[in-house]
Amino acid sequence: MRGTGWKGAAARLAGAASRRSGRGGTSLPGKVLLRLDPHAIGTLSRGLERSAVISATNGKTTTAAMVAAILERGGARLVSNRAGANMAGGVAGALLRDAGDTGLFEVDEFWLGPIVQELEPSALLLANLFRDQLDRYGELEAIADRWAQVVAAGHARALVLNADDPLVADLGRERPADATFFGVEDVTLATPGLQHASDSTHCRRCGAPLVYDAVFLGHLGHYHCPNCDTRRPRPTVTAHDVTLDGVRGARFTLRTVAGDVTVAVPLPGLYNVYNALGAAALALALGAPVADVVAGLGAVSPAFGRAETVAVEGHDVSIMLVKNPAGANEVLRTLALEAGRHDLLAILNDQIADGRDVSWIWDADFETLAPSLRRAVCSGSRAPEMALRLKYAGVPEAAIEVEPELGAALDRALGGAPTGGRLFALPTYTAMLGLREELVRRGVAGSSF
Amino acid sequence: MAERLRVCALYPQLMSIYADRGNLLLLERRCAWRGIGFELSRVGHGDTLDPDAHDLFYMGGGQDRDQRLVADDLVTHKRAALHAAAARGAAILAVCGGYQLLGHHYELGQERIAGIGLVDAHTVRAPGGTETRLVGNVAMEVTLPGLDGPRVLAGFENHGGRTHLGPDASPLGRVIKGHGNTGASGFEGVLDGGIVGTYLHGPLLPKNAWFADWLVQTALGRDELAPLDDRLEDAAHASARRAAGFPI
Repeated sequence: MRGTGWKGAAARLAGAASRRSGRGGTSLPGKVLLRLDPHAIGTLSRGLERSAVISATNGKTTTAAMVAAILERGGARLVSNRAGANMAGGVAGALLRDAGDTGLFEVDEFWLGPIVQELEPSALLLANLFRDQLDRYGELEAIADRWAQVVAAGHARALVLNADDPLVADLGRERPADATFFGVEDVTLATPGLQHASDSTHCRRCGAPLVYDAVFLGHLGHYHCPNCDTRRPRPTVTAHDVTLDGVRGARFTLRTVAGDVTVAVPLPGLYNVYNALGAAALALALGAPVADVVAGLGAVSPAFGRAETVAVEGHDVSIMLVKNPAGANEVLRTLALEAGRHDLLAILNDQIADGRDVSWIWDADFETLAPSLRRAVCSGSRAPEMALRLKYAGVPEAAIEVEPELGAALDRALGGAPTGGRLFALPTYTAMLGLREELVRRGVAGSSF
Repeated sequence: MAERLRVCALYPQLMSIYADRGNLLLLERRCAWRGIGFELSRVGHGDTLDPDAHDLFYMGGGQDRDQRLVADDLVTHKRAALHAAAARGAAILAVCGGYQLLGHHYELGQERIAGIGLVDAHTVRAPGGTETRLVGNVAMEVTLPGLDGPRVLAGFENHGGRTHLGPDASPLGRVIKGHGNTGASGFEGVLDGGIVGTYLHGPLLPKNAWFADWLVQTALGRDELAPLDDRLEDAAHASARRAAGFPI
């Protein structure tokens, strides 16, 4: 059962299953395939010249889009699960569907082990670990332990690690020769202290509280252990002189062993600077020239819901996915950089893909945004709880509306926004899919990702 | 001197995994709106604890490693002070990992972490991984001193430990929806005067503003508090109950 005949048969079968399933069937052909052959990912990926895997709590989809933009400049033909179908079925489905020479896969934190074992990627980018949907995944340390096993198993040749995340950087300890580290060096970006949402502020090796000289984002920063010799590894792919331009973009000097270049990313916030650094380090590890890195990062377009702006009924609607406190904080911090008072549509769902537990909204710093909020419409299956969060963040109750139904909430948010004004939509994951469907229905967004 | 609520947040860095900040924020804002002063002290690892300096002690949940660090410090440096505070009638709210440490001990396989024994309970970690955790929305019926009739607390639980109450402990409530202390006993949490232990986060107080008020009342020894405009609070409570499958 090997070879093209087998692949063709499986593909026809899986394709038929996909057509029957209609929308949302991105991972179904792969699932069918994996049922026929549990090692299909390994088998199919053997035809690739090289492959890369990206995992992180936040930024997987955007980082993968950045790496794709870089590698395509070099003529790579990508096999990639770009639609965010990032479990085994999605990876297998991409291998089945695409013909190419370079694999590029974003992989769910939980699925990393089995997928890396099958793929044996040329490079593995591990970008960050934040508190996310604990009801689904168990606690953060458990994921870090799991990742350490993946790294120790040695199925990934090169490791690309975030030096600024102590949980991730520690993964390079046992394989220093294979690890490339990236990090932010511009200490003017440091926040006054650790945010409420910060995780992992303890030394992985001895358990002592880490000391931070600079905190950039959640628990990412410059740190050392006062008790043992653990410290932030010295990164070789770094960002200097970072300028954040509101919701529009960011600019920084990228320093590599090849020297300094200026990078302008059309995606906002420090979190996207981190995504760009990870993408750059990964692309360089795969052999991409620096010129392609600069051009690719400069041309990347936002994935749907990741700081994408859509014109709707005379308003610019900027959609920024929020799914956990660390990610939400960066979105809120980015919004706070925008001048003026904002109209907000906050959509809080509690489906499995969002996390059934919505407690995380109390760890996100909505206080940052409260002073510049003009009006907020709260929607989604847990709309009243979102509204209450805003009230306790300091938003006047008169400025808060609750409308659980998404279409009606969008109408109210648009109707209340000043003519020509921008509306910021902050949806959780399934809310983002719902919002997208609503915008397609209104004919203002395309139907494909 | 104007009345004030003195709150002590125990281990706010290590034990705040489930948005415990939301609980403290509820207390703070609701005191402010009523003209009650609010004083928050953060007491962490290695700090000394004055039993008489606070009206309400709060301890949230943490990851396993952090909980071990905390347990050690709690038993060595803060046990006596918390017993003394409880004896003079201070309120104590302990959530999740904090709740587990109120009991005698917490068993994780071969390992036994000592608690402070403030309530007659002990906790045993269920064998197995994340699949044996008790996770989901919860609604429970509680009867509290000073309040007429039973009320409903709504929240979210996520715990690997099974907490067994001894003969000298009473549960906080009866589980209507969800798992509770062991997943089998039908009870949730522990209640002893002003001492409350519970697995409910979500966080607990934003989902149950009436319970935040009961805590404030208990901590200050008051019979009642001035009413507030609680339309959004009531809607959030209703939303949490709906999520648990026990709508109003």
